[in-house]
Amino acid sequence: MLSCKQLTELVTDYLEGKMSLGERLRFQMHLGMCKHCRAYLRQMKLTIETLGTLPTEPIPEGVRDALLQRFHSWKR
Amino acid sequence: MDELPRDDRDLVARLREGDEAAFTSLVERHHGALRRLARTFVSSDAAADEVVQDTWIAVLDGLAAFEERSSLKTWIFRILVNRAKTKGVREARTVPMSAMGSDDEDAAEPAVDSSRFNDRGMWSAPPLRSDAETPAKLLLRKELVAELERAIDQLPERQRRVVVMRDALGWSSEEVCNVLELNETNQRVLLHRARSRLRALLEDYQANR
Repeated sequence: MLSCKQLTELVTDYLEGKMSLGERLRFQMHLGMCKHCRAYLRQMKLTIETLGTLPTEPIPEGVRDALLQRFHSWKR
Repeated sequence: MDELPRDDRDLVARLREGDEAAFTSLVERHHGALRRLARTFVSSDAAADEVVQDTWIAVLDGLAAFEERSSLKTWIFRILVNRAKTKGVREARTVPMSAMGSDDEDAAEPAVDSSRFNDRGMWSAPPLRSDAETPAKLLLRKELVAELERAIDQLPERQRRVVVMRDALGWSSEEVCNVLELNETNQRVLLHRARSRLRALLEDYQANR
């Protein structure tokens, strides 16, 4: 049977869909029986989602205006 | 290479005609992502801003010759990566080693510290349950945002680029491999290491706050 330690190394392959059917079944069987690994997978997903919602800085007005000016002179 | 999407073709045509609204929307759509990616190559926000501005100028200069063999997005980001690499190389001579990411990308670092498992590889110090947490709740804590940004900054450089593109910018693995010139397996290993480190940070944060 897959150990918890092994599962933590396979979690990205799992999330990326890069497992054979057999590996996937072993992974899911372990998850079904192990609440700690379910918590681990949940944390990993939370990490990914959190990274996906990190705020991005809006473009500074000065930079945007400078680029627009550049665009105008480029047009001509 | 995929054929140029129709939206792209329309946009390129409008840009070539000098349509200001088209240019503004292009800049607004990509600027934040360009800046975030640039920052993974250079060591300061100011240097990243410079790279992004140079990129937009190069985009304008190259638009007439853009051959529509890749998507507009891929083309723009490739220009950025080339400029950022050049800038990063120049910077590397002046930046102290301690300020650069450690270069241990090929070392086999475990996803989770081995001390947390027993000798059969089962959890002895299991992860915290975080069922009630959501990204929105976590990101309300400004200090966590700052800590995450710092942790991203301190990842080895290839891990940093891959995790930023995949998870912060939401790109597909194919797009990332394409722009960073990595093979899919390498990309996945780098992503795994980066995500594992950032997960550990988030867990520490939840445990200690």
